[in-house]
Amino acid sequence: MQEIKREDLIAKAAQLLADGTVDRVIGWKKGEFDYDVTPAVFTSKEELENEFVWNDFCGANFSKYLRKEAEKTESKAAVFLKPCDTYSFNQLLTEHKFDREKVYAVGVPCNGMLDDSKIKAAANGISSVSEENGKVAVETLYDGKITLERNEMLAERCVNCKSKKHVAYDELLGEDGEVLDSARFDEVAKIEAMSADERFAFWQNELSRCIRCNACRNICPACTCEKCVFDNPDSGVENKAIADSFEEKMFHIIRAFHVVGRCTDCGECSRVCPQNIPLHLLNRKFIKDINGFYGDYQAGAEAGSRAPIVDFTKEDLEPGEAVERGGENA
Amino acid sequence: MAMMNDPLIPVIGVVTDIRIDTPDVKTFRVVTPDGKKAFDHMPGQCAMLSIPGVGEAMFSITSSPTNTEFMEFSIKKCGCLTQWLHAMEVGQQITIRGPYGNAFPVDTAFAGKDMLFIAGGIGLAPLRSVINYCRHYRDRYGKIDIVYGSRSMEDLVDYKEIIDEWVKDDGIDVHLTIDREQPEWTGHVGFVPNYVKELGFDTNKTAILCGPPIMIKFTLAGLQEIGFDKTQVYTTMELRMKCGIGKCGRCNIGSKYVCKDGPVFRCDQVDELPDEY
Amino acid sequence: MRKISLDKLNQLFAEIASKNSLYIPVDTAAGAKYEKYDGTQTMSDALNTTRSAKDFFFPQTENLVDFKVEGKNIEIKEPVNEYEDFVIFGARACDVKSFEILDRVFLADPVDNFYKNRREHGVVVSMACTKPAETCFCGTFGIDAAAPAGDIVCHKTADAVYFDAKTDKGAKLLESLNALTEDTDSAAVDAQTAQTREVLKKLPLAGLDASAFGADKTMEFFNRPEWQTISESCLGCGTCTFVCPTCQCYDIKDFNTGNEVKRYRCWDSCMYSDFTKMAHGNIRNSQVERFRQRFMHKLVYYPTNNEGIFGCVGCGRCMAKCPVNMNIVKVMRKLGGNK
Repeated sequence: MQEIKREDLIAKAAQLLADGTVDRVIGWKKGEFDYDVTPAVFTSKEELENEFVWNDFCGANFSKYLRKEAEKTESKAAVFLKPCDTYSFNQLLTEHKFDREKVYAVGVPCNGMLDDSKIKAAANGISSVSEENGKVAVETLYDGKITLERNEMLAERCVNCKSKKHVAYDELLGEDGEVLDSARFDEVAKIEAMSADERFAFWQNELSRCIRCNACRNICPACTCEKCVFDNPDSGVENKAIADSFEEKMFHIIRAFHVVGRCTDCGECSRVCPQNIPLHLLNRKFIKDINGFYGDYQAGAEAGSRAPIVDFTKEDLEPGEAVERGGENA
Repeated sequence: MAMMNDPLIPVIGVVTDIRIDTPDVKTFRVVTPDGKKAFDHMPGQCAMLSIPGVGEAMFSITSSPTNTEFMEFSIKKCGCLTQWLHAMEVGQQITIRGPYGNAFPVDTAFAGKDMLFIAGGIGLAPLRSVINYCRHYRDRYGKIDIVYGSRSMEDLVDYKEIIDEWVKDDGIDVHLTIDREQPEWTGHVGFVPNYVKELGFDTNKTAILCGPPIMIKFTLAGLQEIGFDKTQVYTTMELRMKCGIGKCGRCNIGSKYVCKDGPVFRCDQVDELPDEY
Repeated sequence: MRKISLDKLNQLFAEIASKNSLYIPVDTAAGAKYEKYDGTQTMSDALNTTRSAKDFFFPQTENLVDFKVEGKNIEIKEPVNEYEDFVIFGARACDVKSFEILDRVFLADPVDNFYKNRREHGVVVSMACTKPAETCFCGTFGIDAAAPAGDIVCHKTADAVYFDAKTDKGAKLLESLNALTEDTDSAAVDAQTAQTREVLKKLPLAGLDASAFGADKTMEFFNRPEWQTISESCLGCGTCTFVCPTCQCYDIKDFNTGNEVKRYRCWDSCMYSDFTKMAHGNIRNSQVERFRQRFMHKLVYYPTNNEGIFGCVGCGRCMAKCPVNMNIVKVMRKLGGNK
């Protein structure tokens, strides 16, 4: 497969700006360190050449920025989308969350993104991170050069990548991949195998770390409410604090319920959590159940598709049956 | 160990009288359960009132410090807490803590001066405290002019006190105005900023402005047009507050906390603040 | 100066914990975290804890007062807070400095008694850094990671921990541990300090300069057009504020238990949309304004009110934890003109 490099993305972005297809490009901007990458809007070739970055740390999903940009002006914005990002893109289209006419989507292949926290755990004082013969080479302040296995440094969602195939784009750089047969439900199965008490203890332990920073909600492509119930002082559930030990579970469980059938399993919630709570497992449990109850369904695979949860068919499982089968699926 | 008198912990206040001022403004009289004033204050200072379980918010103390028996708060119904307050009956207990903020410099910069009070709508509430303070110590101040306007006759707060007491005082001129003509209204009709210009005061006065932001903006411009300097004009501000003691971090305009460094600002001092209020 | 060999450190912990609650940094799934020592944990070697040490004095939630509401009557029940004497072991120079920054807010008149009580009951045992991370920039704010402040200052070498008491509180605690520690000179500590200072000079952010910011510069920075572009990536979450050792904004809320009303305070974030929302409007309607508030507070407003002292200690937590890697260093680069 032909490898797509930073220069290719810059050239594409510069060309789209130059020929007037778009007047701005949503991309990744380099920061202080190699792993320090921030979503940004670029408007000129100079900016792109100086600050645009495409590396193993361009994990951020652009959904929130894409919606913001699409609302700003009548002109088009270009956006780079990794395969997993295209699922969010389609899902937002399904929900009419942005005007497709205002976005020019450029698909970019992805070899899996790295998790900087895994690298930091393995290396003290990182001066630089680069790829060297398929491995991750880290220059450190204290231990010289360290070489790490790329597979071991991958972000969780990339370890369990569900698809290398772009499901939406105007233009694709490089070749498209395939939908993968991932092991992403294995972790869910492990939790399902626990006794109810063990499972409760598991989530109690994980969710008790929550600091209510709302990062998971604010990055989530599926969290599209104009006004979140948890931001509404009149809702009676608005809370920045853990008023009691049940409070934080309520927030995460309500959020998980609210994105059922719409969550594409992009994994951003877990990526951004400052407390390393595996929030994606809640969403995956729902996806697994939907698959089990209604047949395989991947949110975002197809724009305009109706999630089984909001689409009645006569073949649908009766609620009672779902409860009964809960034993095997739950 | 019990807390000793922490500034965040309130005391009980009992509502002993409720006066309906306008369709959306009521004035509440508050004392402690043993019938005393909860604390002393100076004109312009505020207090935190709350109904536990509903919320707590900052209100200016509308009664004068010279009233030694009780405190009064004129409150407009506009949010969750104020709706609850408006639904109260006499005898209801609330919580109260304070006083918070600075005060109008009634004993220093204002001493010996001719005073011009300009208020719009509920903006009279904080000024009433100063006006009654000046009336109480009448010989310490020169001539007093009060320009007060509201949307309609029914929306004039403290109308009874104005008519029964203020207009009868020597050396006090009260100029009332309402936004639109009303059959029973024989007074002036028009917006406050224009009325101030029409009245064309001599500029040897200290002016105090309080009202909706748009009124303050145009009145201040009007005052400058007729020759006032910003150093002669005072106003009082309101932002969202939680602690009242300059610590919770939300009522700042630049480095100034409205709850602690304000709410009273001289208009030239306001110019030194970033435009975020 | 006293020392203890590393293999006896847990004995020392046990001794402290037998008299006071002792909190040490421990490795967990969410990175290092302070835990109450129960005899089973080992001290983490991590450079810093994920959450800052401000929790000890300014916890995320804290009950202020309870109300019993019956008919028209309210009963105020001040909570009986038992403040335990406690020891924080291993706080880094940046976090220790953050206590001073918080003190200037909470201990300023009128004093916050909840904070003051915790502060009085706590003994801070700091730990000098030897391997600062690439995200560290405490030096920018005049903090010496090799020589932290604290009631007792510790230096950990390959085989021992050295203790130097800096306050009466610290001296008292250190004295109570005399049976376990031995007297020593400062040679090993001096050598380590010198070595660390060399490392500090070479950190990638070592040259970061804050002098463009500071007291009385509100008007110089407030209307800068750059706020628009640098705030663009901000998601409006509260991660930076909650992991920050100096962010001290709080909310006061009521929680009706059905039986009584608990009034508590909790951390709040100026990044949140409802932070300044009032019944009749909001002065900071957009994320640009909220973003600006946070950094203006650290770099300009706080110094204006506190003799030029900055409201940032350069711990680097916001750099490590922001979901989109936007942080105070980038703000300083963009607005302060330093590369």
